[in-house]
Amino acid sequence: MQNCAIELKNIRKTFGPVVANDGINLQINRGEILCLLGENGSGKTTLMNMLSGIYQPDGGEIYADGRKVTIRSPHDAFKNGIGMIHQHYHLVDVFTAAQNIILGLDEAMDIGRVNTRVKEICDRYGFGIDPKMKVYDMSVSQKQTVEIVKVLYRGSEILILDEPTAVLTPQETDKLFAVLRNMRRDNKAIVLITHKLAEVMAVSDKVAILRKGRYIATVNTKETSPGELTDMMVGRAVTLNLDRPKYDNPEDKLVVEGLTVVDREGIKKLNNVSFTARTGEILGVAGIAGSGQKELLESISGLYPVKSGSIKFVNTDKTTVELVGKTPTQIKEIGVGMGFVPEDRLGMGLVGSMGMTDNMMLRSWREGRGLFFNRKKPQDLADRVWKKLDVVTPSTEFPVRRMSGGNIQKVLVGREIASHPPVLLTAYAVRGLDINTSYAIYNLLNDQKMGGSAVMYVGEELDVLMELCDRILVLCDGQVSGIVDGRTATKEEIGLLMTTVGGKEA
Amino acid sequence: MTAIFALIAAAGTYATALMFGTIGEILTEKSGNLNLGVEGMMYMGGIFGLVTANRYEALVGETGSVGFIAILFAILGSFAAGCIAGLIFAFITVTLRANQNVTGLAMTTFGTGVAKFVGEHMRNKLGGYVSVSNHLKESFHQQIFPDFLKRIPFVGKIVFGQPHFFYLGILVAILLHLFFTKTKKGLYLRAVGESPATADAAGINMTRYRYLATMIGGGISAIGGMVYTMTTAGCVWIEGSLSGVGWLSVALVIFCTWRPLNGIWGSMLFGSLMIMYLWIIIPFFPQELYKILPYVVTIVVLIIASMKNNKEKQPPANLGLNYFREER
Ligand SMILES: Nc1ncnc2c1ncn2[C@@H]1O[C@H](COP(=O)(O)OP(=O)(O)OP(=O)(O)O)[C@@H](O)[C@H]1O
Ligand SMILES: [Mg+2]
Repeated sequence: MQNCAIELKNIRKTFGPVVANDGINLQINRGEILCLLGENGSGKTTLMNMLSGIYQPDGGEIYADGRKVTIRSPHDAFKNGIGMIHQHYHLVDVFTAAQNIILGLDEAMDIGRVNTRVKEICDRYGFGIDPKMKVYDMSVSQKQTVEIVKVLYRGSEILILDEPTAVLTPQETDKLFAVLRNMRRDNKAIVLITHKLAEVMAVSDKVAILRKGRYIATVNTKETSPGELTDMMVGRAVTLNLDRPKYDNPEDKLVVEGLTVVDREGIKKLNNVSFTARTGEILGVAGIAGSGQKELLESISGLYPVKSGSIKFVNTDKTTVELVGKTPTQIKEIGVGMGFVPEDRLGMGLVGSMGMTDNMMLRSWREGRGLFFNRKKPQDLADRVWKKLDVVTPSTEFPVRRMSGGNIQKVLVGREIASHPPVLLTAYAVRGLDINTSYAIYNLLNDQKMGGSAVMYVGEELDVLMELCDRILVLCDGQVSGIVDGRTATKEEIGLLMTTVGGKEA
Repeated sequence: MTAIFALIAAAGTYATALMFGTIGEILTEKSGNLNLGVEGMMYMGGIFGLVTANRYEALVGETGSVGFIAILFAILGSFAAGCIAGLIFAFITVTLRANQNVTGLAMTTFGTGVAKFVGEHMRNKLGGYVSVSNHLKESFHQQIFPDFLKRIPFVGKIVFGQPHFFYLGILVAILLHLFFTKTKKGLYLRAVGESPATADAAGINMTRYRYLATMIGGGISAIGGMVYTMTTAGCVWIEGSLSGVGWLSVALVIFCTWRPLNGIWGSMLFGSLMIMYLWIIIPFFPQELYKILPYVVTIVVLIIASMKNNKEKQPPANLGLNYFREER
């Protein structure tokens, strides 16, 4: 076949005892968007890393345009027209966009020429970057754009994107997909890894499915459905349902009044925010990215300085404690747990070289007295998280850094939820998680709620917010534009609130 | 006031040794290799620089020896010694992936040990001390600018009254600055130090860059050791006289926020602080306290740089970390 750009035959890759890929056959065609789908740890990243020269396969063959090739280094990958945008960006922070783009190229360093070519590429595919901007001043999506331009600049014909949408807002995702469609029209071959089935259905031509390191099948997107894809991924028929159990007598747990915070530059990030979180309730927080969601959770947990307003925690005996002015540790002791999932998972709260058990212990080191610690409890906790969330790892002692992106995240979220705080704050808890695990997390949140916790859930996907949450607080530009009932609200209603500053109170 | 200008002018000789030590280490660290063995490399540079000059003279005889050639030999001898030390460091950390801090400290011990051994050996062999003839000593101390320039008020002596190595050091600093900011290879080298994974994914041979930077950087640092022995120490091998210069250079790298041009005035400042006790006498202020001043200013600079949170003034992001492609 002439439009077949890359063919993989019987690829195998192991890391010590871990078989990451085995018996993989895959065809990547020009003028097509291929989605690579699989649960966390099923070997998607590993497989693509073998195409981009980061890993060497232990067995099997790779054909480029029908010729057998060996890809020993990223340099070889470029020579074969393969460019990859990794899950963790490969950019030098202190360089400008242009400097990053020409890194490693043989041509002369002529910034003027680079700028013209970058502009050409941007115009052709429909995006924009400032070549003189430093990477450390860029937003996540701008960095991603630089990565894509970098690959295109090298004249890559085959583009691999590893979970590019995990850190993008829905608007940014739409923009990215428009770019990908332009590339498809340009007869490039595109491989896209994503866990969001709606995206798979919207943008891809074909879907290839991996399960536990093995190749399952490639199907045409038009002839399949999200349900069928999930079944193939998991290997058995699964039903994904989200229920919204009703808790009998909700009580006020966290009363926020007139909360205002300003950032270092003096810009108001939250403006007079008031709401109440109740026990037995999941309070969703919706809003366009950067509307103050992060600041809201951080100021409740004491990580962000509060300018004015109050945050009261209601004890079971109805007495209240003011949280403003307390340290994060004190707030944690009072009973506010934080399941915050940062863009950089290893950066926050996990030690990469330690296993699950030791990481569990980090969370609870304050408990207990005496010189020696007790490993029994964290060990049990690690086992529970391992089973409940299906963490793919050979043992609870395996360094978390070596686990796949999604599995690292499971450890992080599992640990926070497991500590059963009266108030549980979560943000982007399912970022990068496969669909099955996402639902496992939603159900865990429901368990917490029915156990009498007040849960706050910051999310991006409106559909999920509307299915999961009892009430949804909508933020716009740091102000509450409305609090709606999750059972009756419509998507349009929420969408409108997200864009109107200080809308009506429902 | 005059005392201060005189102090700075006098500091030039000491500063030159620091300048080479620092600039070499900046080159090494920009590649992401934190070689704490500067002290050891400067020791090796010190003894091998002296020994090559001494052997050259022994070969051609005292009357036939030419100052310029002796200097050239001293530079080459010390540079080669530093290169070899850098090569050992690069092999242990880049190829064998050993911890850089531990390796650097070991290089300090190794370098000082080798230097002391060679120095002792030569002394026994030559009977007495290792040195060069007086007319060669002259050439190592020679000043290249005419006297009337030195008579320019205040700055004349500071700018024109220094040994030739001083100007060579400035030249090296400027060349390195241009290399980092204006050339493609310099950009790639910085990328390797900032993010080896990025450099590797871009097809840059990061192993080669780290090896070369560490070797050349080690060589430049070692020239500093030679300069110290041949100027400040008066062309004689005195065990222990070099002690501490290497560590001061490591501190100076931080003080300069990894910029070679800052190394020029930074080494003048550090040099001045080190000899200040001879010039500005504060009653009841013990001599030893003067010598910690360079370290105090380094800490102050560190604190200010981190408070300002200036992204441009930070160490290379992957300084001290080894890279292995398949590790994550
Ligand atoms: N460098 C490595 N060392 C050890 N094990 C590794 C390494 N890289 C990957 N693995 C293992 O290989 C398996 C597959 O990982 P991979 O990252 O390819 O999964 P993935 O499909 O990309 O998952 P996710 O959706 O969570 O990103 C995992 O079990 C992981 O622990
Ligand atoms: Mg992955």
